[in-house]
Amino acid sequence: MARAISTQRKFITTIAAWGVALTIFFPVFWMILTSFKTESSAVASPPELFTATWTLENYAEVWARSDYPRFFWNSVVISIGSTLLGLAIAIPAAWSMAFVPGKRTKDLLMWMLSTKMMPAVAVLIPLYLLFQRLGLFDTKIGLVLALMLMNLPIIVWMLYTYFKEIPGEILEAARMDGAGLWSEIRYVLTPMAVPGIASTMLLNIILAWNEAFWTITLTTTKAAPLSAFIASFSAPQGLFYAKLSAASAMAIMPILIIGWFSQKQLVRGLTFGAVK
Amino acid sequence: MGQISLKQVRKSFGDVHVIPGVDLDINDGEFVVFVGPSGCGKSTLLRLIAGLEDTSGGIIAIDGKDATYLPPAKRGLAMVFQSYALYPHMTVRKNISFPLKMAGLSEAEQAKKVEAAAKVLNLSSYLDRRPGQLSGGQRQRVAIGRAIVREPAAFLFDEPLSNLDAALRVVMRQEISELHQTLKTTMIYVTHDQVEAMTMADKIVVLNAGNIEQVGSPLDLYHHPRNLFVAGFIGSPKMNLIDGAEAAKHDAHTIGIRPEHITVGAGPWTGKVALSEHLGSDTFLKVEVPVLGTMTVRGSGDVMARAGDTISLSPDLSKLHRFDTNGMAIA
Repeated sequence: MARAISTQRKFITTIAAWGVALTIFFPVFWMILTSFKTESSAVASPPELFTATWTLENYAEVWARSDYPRFFWNSVVISIGSTLLGLAIAIPAAWSMAFVPGKRTKDLLMWMLSTKMMPAVAVLIPLYLLFQRLGLFDTKIGLVLALMLMNLPIIVWMLYTYFKEIPGEILEAARMDGAGLWSEIRYVLTPMAVPGIASTMLLNIILAWNEAFWTITLTTTKAAPLSAFIASFSAPQGLFYAKLSAASAMAIMPILIIGWFSQKQLVRGLTFGAVK
Repeated sequence: MGQISLKQVRKSFGDVHVIPGVDLDINDGEFVVFVGPSGCGKSTLLRLIAGLEDTSGGIIAIDGKDATYLPPAKRGLAMVFQSYALYPHMTVRKNISFPLKMAGLSEAEQAKKVEAAAKVLNLSSYLDRRPGQLSGGQRQRVAIGRAIVREPAAFLFDEPLSNLDAALRVVMRQEISELHQTLKTTMIYVTHDQVEAMTMADKIVVLNAGNIEQVGSPLDLYHHPRNLFVAGFIGSPKMNLIDGAEAAKHDAHTIGIRPEHITVGAGPWTGKVALSEHLGSDTFLKVEVPVLGTMTVRGSGDVMARAGDTISLSPDLSKLHRFDTNGMAIA
């Protein structure tokens, strides 16, 4: 009997999981379908899932009308740059919080996380003015800094969780073996935390790649990444859904591919330490 | 050189005084064992010497130089941890050579020293494996290898054998003793196992609640325990302790007699055997003696008493220990 119940439960959870997954995926699927439709078919009422006339014209036009490689390159620089810079700051920070915690470490962590609860628009004006005065507006370095700061709490939190899983005695052994702080982090802590660091890195690249609010606000043309590229297709003279979809598909494709190939690593990293 | 001296070394965690103040001198080349019950502060004391914990007061000197505020890396000591604390991402070779790499030795020198250490510890054929692929005993050898390559002033062992099974523990115990005889380097060894303490130590430091109860050679502690705590702690099975009229007969508040100093047959104490354990070589008896309480007796393997038997016991009065009301030994 127990076996029958478990099979039934398995069946129900599988159906539920598929239901949730398809619901989440459906907008992306719809977008990709739309990108191959003609503009009239894209706005047809009632909406049609499949169309009679599939076309690649949207992609050709989007490619011809804009400088996709430049936006792409900006996205790469900004997302990878902000992630690497964030890691360089977060690894020592998480190290100290995990291995030499003070009385207020927990409070500090909560405070860091609480900054993520603040609506971004609240700091829009000060940050905008700061960027203009410091000459960071519409520069890649400016966006790298901004996105790094936006995501730093998440990076520190994730690394802190991974580092907590590493036995303190191993780091003490390194200290006894003559390792200074830097050697301890470089030769012992970092290699041991590679799965955690890798998944933090991947997640952060995805977050930075998809970030739209700051990248659109703080750039005009030179440093604009793919999020701004999508936005540029929602023109004031009207929405061109098919072209917008084609631009969106082109913008998310690289990160979708990275995510697809690294999903095992991502899941492993996100559940790291859950079961010992 | 490996001479270590502690002067009024203290350690507190908030309001808890783990080590209220310890004075201790460890001579070069000595094998010193810190022994005591769980929570007595023996591991904390070792970690203070290692530099892994900051002292709350006092001075730690290594080879005459004040090392109280030196970081662990600068103290010239090596430590073997209970959990082995090997680097899981490195091969055995890399684990052993890590301290040499940190010391800035050339690759060739590192390789030479690693090979030599591996030979001493029978690890030569495991050098390219990772710690995860080794047994407990092999891992402990790697940890020891990592400690010996850097030729430290002293070795610190923090309960290194407690994760091993009983048989392996005996083997490793002997290996560490042999290593000490070969290297002649100071070793400080923390354990709660008094058999390890008795068999390995030149000098035993008995700790209780962060205080040193007695320092001495194993036999010194066995024959002349300074107080009741040491008397009860050193020796297996434990010394029988008797209060009241029987003690008063010997002008003492408490008297102690070790199980091996009581013989079965024709004596002043008579009691009923509650439990008998026949080990072949020895027989352990628990005997309920009216007024005195339960007495543990260690007899030869020939003693055939069974539970329920009534037997007479004869203590060897020349081996009697006497203690005053403060629990201190009476000379």
